[in-house]
Amino acid sequence: MAKKQRGQQPAAAPAPSGSQRVVIDPITRIEGHLRIEVEVANGKVTNAWSSATLFRGIEMMLKGRDPRDAYLFTQRACGVCTYVHGLASVRAVDNAIGITIPDNARLIRNLMMGAQFLHDHIVHFYHLHALDWVDIVSALKADPKKTADIANAKVPGAPATGASNFKAVQDRLKKLVDSGQLGIFTNGYWGHPAYKLPPEVNLLAAAHYLEALRQQARTARLHAIFGAKNPHIQSLVVGGVTCATDLTPDRIAEFKFLWKETMDFVNNVYIPDLKAVAGFYKDWGKIGGTTNFLAYGEFPQSAKEPDSLLMPRGAIFKRNLTQVQAVDVGQIEEHVKHSWYVGDQALHPSKGETNPKFVPLDVNDRYSWMKAPRYKGEPMEVGPLARVLVAYGKGHEGTKKEVDALLKELQVPPEALFSTLGRTAARALETKVIGEAMGDWLNQLVENVKKGDTKIYQDYQMPNECMGSGLNDVPRGALGHWVHIKDQKIGNFQMVVPSTWNLGPRCAQNKMGPVEESLVGTPVADPKRPVEVLRTVHSFDPCIACGVHVIDPETNEVYKFRVV
Amino acid sequence: MELDKVVEQRLEQKGVSRRDFMKFCTFLSATMGLSSSFVPKVAEALASPKRVPVVWLAFAECTGCKESLIRTMYPWIDELVLDVISLDYSETLMAASGDAAEKALHDAVSKNQGKFICIVDGAVPTADNGIYGMIAGKTMLSVAKDICPKALATICVGSCSSYGGLPAAAPNPTGAKSVKDAVGISTVNIPGCPPNPINVVGTVVNYLLFGKLPDLDDKGRPLFAYAKTIHDQCPRRSHFENGEFVTSFESDEAKRGYCLYQVGCKGPETYNNCPTVKFNAGTSWPVQAGHPCIGCSEPGFWDKMSPFYKPL
Repeated sequence: MAKKQRGQQPAAAPAPSGSQRVVIDPITRIEGHLRIEVEVANGKVTNAWSSATLFRGIEMMLKGRDPRDAYLFTQRACGVCTYVHGLASVRAVDNAIGITIPDNARLIRNLMMGAQFLHDHIVHFYHLHALDWVDIVSALKADPKKTADIANAKVPGAPATGASNFKAVQDRLKKLVDSGQLGIFTNGYWGHPAYKLPPEVNLLAAAHYLEALRQQARTARLHAIFGAKNPHIQSLVVGGVTCATDLTPDRIAEFKFLWKETMDFVNNVYIPDLKAVAGFYKDWGKIGGTTNFLAYGEFPQSAKEPDSLLMPRGAIFKRNLTQVQAVDVGQIEEHVKHSWYVGDQALHPSKGETNPKFVPLDVNDRYSWMKAPRYKGEPMEVGPLARVLVAYGKGHEGTKKEVDALLKELQVPPEALFSTLGRTAARALETKVIGEAMGDWLNQLVENVKKGDTKIYQDYQMPNECMGSGLNDVPRGALGHWVHIKDQKIGNFQMVVPSTWNLGPRCAQNKMGPVEESLVGTPVADPKRPVEVLRTVHSFDPCIACGVHVIDPETNEVYKFRVV
Repeated sequence: MELDKVVEQRLEQKGVSRRDFMKFCTFLSATMGLSSSFVPKVAEALASPKRVPVVWLAFAECTGCKESLIRTMYPWIDELVLDVISLDYSETLMAASGDAAEKALHDAVSKNQGKFICIVDGAVPTADNGIYGMIAGKTMLSVAKDICPKALATICVGSCSSYGGLPAAAPNPTGAKSVKDAVGISTVNIPGCPPNPINVVGTVVNYLLFGKLPDLDDKGRPLFAYAKTIHDQCPRRSHFENGEFVTSFESDEAKRGYCLYQVGCKGPETYNNCPTVKFNAGTSWPVQAGHPCIGCSEPGFWDKMSPFYKPL
């Protein structure tokens, strides 16, 4: 196949004979701008390169600003995983100043983080990932009565399982197709042999795609109750939260109702749908796996970290679940040999140097705005699968129960977890585990308010100089913010974010990043329509805008751009 | 024609009760500053069988503006994208990727030249010939220059495409600019970080209804949403007049919902309709959640309005 030659961005060197290069740019149904290049030989991916193609430089903007403002800036790293960078930033500044936030503030921050997981994972499964597995056009051929039978057998708790409802959805899709204006469904890989669902299951999934579009809007209201709005909540502050007038019975009840409605959706629609679809794609339990996993852990249940975290902290090497290691953040390095920055030295984030230097994309040289983070020299997958594996390995009861039940139901071995299917399943299972914990936090909040404890903010004095960090685990994985406050202003700010871990390029030792590694071995039936590649890439839930960051915490200098 | 019947039929297909739909139309008409006699016309515009082609370009952005739009509840987002408009290109929602996505974009533009609406979120990186933002091997700057002028109109959703927004905050590492400044065309601007989806829907409906875009202020903003300051519409305004201020987020004054002016509220210098329409189907807005307005719909707010907790 001819190389793709576009604008200023040339394709890679020619592929070896017998193989061909496939470039997918843009990768859609993600946050941000991503290009994936794969080499395909004998119907399988033999090599892969992941490129982030947008650079904004948020951390550079933070320099010299009021540390209290940081969260408003960093939250805009991503509007899909909204809130999470905001929380990471206030935690880092809280930590730098030495503030212990009130119990209610911790609970409300946890509740909003929980709400973010619920919302994010539902949207990912139905709207960013499902169309890799579900053939919308095939749904037109379905017998709605048979779909109703399947729904009643597989997802009996879902709303609108009657044949007439499925007929209405089918009519709506038909009308769309007949109009010739397919809109968002234009040019999908419909009819591709890799789509395995029968028309009736495709119709069921299409109906739930639409249902989930509405559910996510309702679920997002959870954020607005204590957070003013979604996306980009506005009630966090260094020292706590501001929603003083929202700690009322009617507001808390509204939250509880929406949370319960969302959990009904998770338990009665999302998880049964996952199982129903997964049953047709069990071969994807052998495709798309990686080797090492890192989780910072999340949801402090008291002021004590990491001991009190609901989702535990840990690192797993070589898929060894019997040995979950403690995390030493001193062992993180960032490599730039294959990134668009000057130099090729691997450095700890706190000593990082960043001088952007763009050269035309060349997968043999430099090909991404992302750096390549490594832990103890190894690429680490972060995100739902890493969290679930760490929790599973550490014997976390709720997680173990869910994982074992799913493996049993699908009749697949535990090794199937190390895969595209495992990653997508882990996301659904942790949604349930985290969602259930929210009920406890809500009850604790009610108890506190009942006792007359409505404290949500701790006053403080901003020191002249201090340093702090926040380790977080957010929907897409391990997220660290580091802040250095000097003269009561931000001297430096550093973010090492989930998608950099997952989607970063090769390191100085030329080890592939996790997404690159996961793609090797992926079958590609038709290189012109590489839906299989999308499946694995999407299973990581890429979020590229936040993955690209720049700071030099060492020199306190504004960077000079030396672009050649 | 039998408007009622057509509308009813379409609503039935969509599983929306007529009562809910009319409630929304009334709300939307009010937001757009139209009299109640327009309510049936708004309903007709939303239920029209012809769908206007929309191409949504994403530049230096965080996807928050697209996420914001999918939070719309009246109409629901599935109704908006499947029944009201034809969303022919949107990197966030579209099924197609890579070449297939590119083809969708170029087909939509060439088939509907001068007839499609181009929505943009994200600023345009212009430094060093735009190399800081690439889509399909082309700079965002060249994509913007190619596509936007071919549209019937370009609607900038969010502060980044409207005014440069976050990427343009000092020191503006990538030379990020608004679409207007990068491409040299006039745009409809719906600023906010992100903006309220009701204002985006209102602008589109205005077009469906009148065949033209809404009246704009000198910053390109629809007057129906951005004619008054937050301060002038704020439910806490009486506390301002009475000199009742929050000075610490821990105080009794905070619990009583006093004015946030002294902890940095930018409401007096910010034009938007947040206090009246609120966010997420009227659930709340920043001042209601006890946080000062940060002026996120004003040009250059990241630099002009910060430090955010310092009083004006």
